[in-house]
Amino acid sequence: MENILVLTHADESGSALSKASLEAVTAGKELSARLSAPLTIGIVAADATAAAEVLTSAGTRLLAVSGDAFAQARYASDAAAAEALCHAANASIVLAPGTSRFTRVAAGVAHRLGGFIDTHITALSGTENVEASRWFYRQRVEAVLSRSTRPWFLLLDAGTHAAFAGDGQPAQIEQVSVELPVLRTTVSGFRAPEQGQQTIRPDAKILLVAGAGWTKKQPDGQVHVSEAGELILGFLRGTGASLGSSKSLVDQGGEGNSVLPFLTHLNQIGQTGSTPRHAKGLSTCCHGEEPHVVGWRFIGDRRAISLDPNCGWTRGKADVVYVADAFPVMAKVNALLEAKKA
Amino acid sequence: MANVLHIVVCAGIVPDPLQTLEPVTGPTGPGLKNEMVLPAVLDPWAASALYEAAALAAKNPGSKLWLVSLGPKAKLQQVMMTVAQKVPFELVPIDGPIGGFPDAHSTAAVLAETIAALPGLDRAKLLLFGGWESATRGAGVTLQLVGERLGITDQFQGVDQIDLHDDGSFEVLERVEGGKHQVSVCGGAPAVLGWATGNLAEPRNNPQVGMANMRTIMPALAKAKIAKLDANGLSYVSVSLPKQQRETRVVKDLTPDQIAAELVEWIGAE
Repeated sequence: MENILVLTHADESGSALSKASLEAVTAGKELSARLSAPLTIGIVAADATAAAEVLTSAGTRLLAVSGDAFAQARYASDAAAAEALCHAANASIVLAPGTSRFTRVAAGVAHRLGGFIDTHITALSGTENVEASRWFYRQRVEAVLSRSTRPWFLLLDAGTHAAFAGDGQPAQIEQVSVELPVLRTTVSGFRAPEQGQQTIRPDAKILLVAGAGWTKKQPDGQVHVSEAGELILGFLRGTGASLGSSKSLVDQGGEGNSVLPFLTHLNQIGQTGSTPRHAKGLSTCCHGEEPHVVGWRFIGDRRAISLDPNCGWTRGKADVVYVADAFPVMAKVNALLEAKKA
Repeated sequence: MANVLHIVVCAGIVPDPLQTLEPVTGPTGPGLKNEMVLPAVLDPWAASALYEAAALAAKNPGSKLWLVSLGPKAKLQQVMMTVAQKVPFELVPIDGPIGGFPDAHSTAAVLAETIAALPGLDRAKLLLFGGWESATRGAGVTLQLVGERLGITDQFQGVDQIDLHDDGSFEVLERVEGGKHQVSVCGGAPAVLGWATGNLAEPRNNPQVGMANMRTIMPALAKAKIAKLDANGLSYVSVSLPKQQRETRVVKDLTPDQIAAELVEWIGAE
């Protein structure tokens, strides 16, 4: 019989579990019910008692590694914590959220336990065997895989399960002690992109994708980068959207060309960027394969504004393509959004 | 004061992103149709790691840079014709399978064994670089596993910047959720750094660097050891292309006002 452990960690506040962790709890409960296998939840947090309150109604054994050393995400301490939790739970299957914190350490922990790992899991299926779905070649090929070896670590992509919602009562936690190695790394904090304005919003309903067309010469023979920047930022302000960019637009900064000052490589989607999950996506001035095929894989409802009616990458990938100049369209959109707010 | 570093970059080769990929299942498991004839490039994020490593080595005289790459010898040779012109390095090729479907644990075992046996490598000076994810498997685990096998417990993933201090310690910026970087200071080598895009542009081709590199690359390729990768219990139930093809409505005859009104309604729709 399988023995399932869900690894979770606190969010930035330190007093609550991260949303991705709660999604992993949901996945764990579903898998546990399907396999009739016992479920344990492991928590890594400075104060696990506060973080665990939401899990009271999960009806499972709760293990925790707590202390100041676990307030920060760091390989040496997190790997030691996760290893101790896995040992304590004697898990054969370990589910964990694919957050930056656990993505950094999960493979190392799997190796320490003589186990194996698969990441970016988007679905769990199978009744007798556990089968996991994931994408290969940057979201171009989809596969369902299984492993006969244990322990098997599965890192779940964010947004693939609903977040577990408990009742917030004090929980009974078993503390697990950890012998920390010498810590040579100190986490000093977080830094937003130098450009200052935060344009990446993972929880936004809509993703705006800006392509290189924004910085190309317009019908008057001039480039209008500052106007483009204002239009894009105006849309973000009006909708709360997250901003994605094509590689070609971000790369222009490194090539000495005019570039939108708030864009960094962190905005980049596609082959060498991210593949975000949003309910809707609007692509503007973008004519490449990258955003439409790779970067948009997990975007629900997709629209594009493009001057090229024959753009092969939007056909079949977007739900609606408006053949138009994005400058006047986005100016009108922003004006309507402002009027709507007023 | 310069620090002498021994930087090992692990970088695979991947199909050119512009190629159409079609999965097929053969006797040894899934693969890509015509995989051996698809044009290949150095894995993009690993290429970022290579350029960052070369810049770091250049700033710290006496440092050494190895590029460890696992792939079919013929494809490695093809890719190196271009990569060798970018920055100086010593290639350590391993003749093995290409593609995203072999198990990452086996790949990591072969890489770790090869790195551990590198002549002249001082592990106390080792910075193990690579891409934080490949463009094939995209698992983001191989470098971590290599690090664990080499006993390195200071690891960083999604790295965009490293600033080396005079005492050998370094500040590192890792990508975390919400478009932010986590800032950490590590006591120094040895460490693992899985790079995202970094901050450097792709270096221009330099034929002189290429010629110097190729003098050692060709003999290294000739002597490349052959690696066989175990499945480690991994099996594929199915491998397929996504079937979803959208019925795209192409709107050509609306004014900007009309398009804007339609978009605002769409944005506001639940």
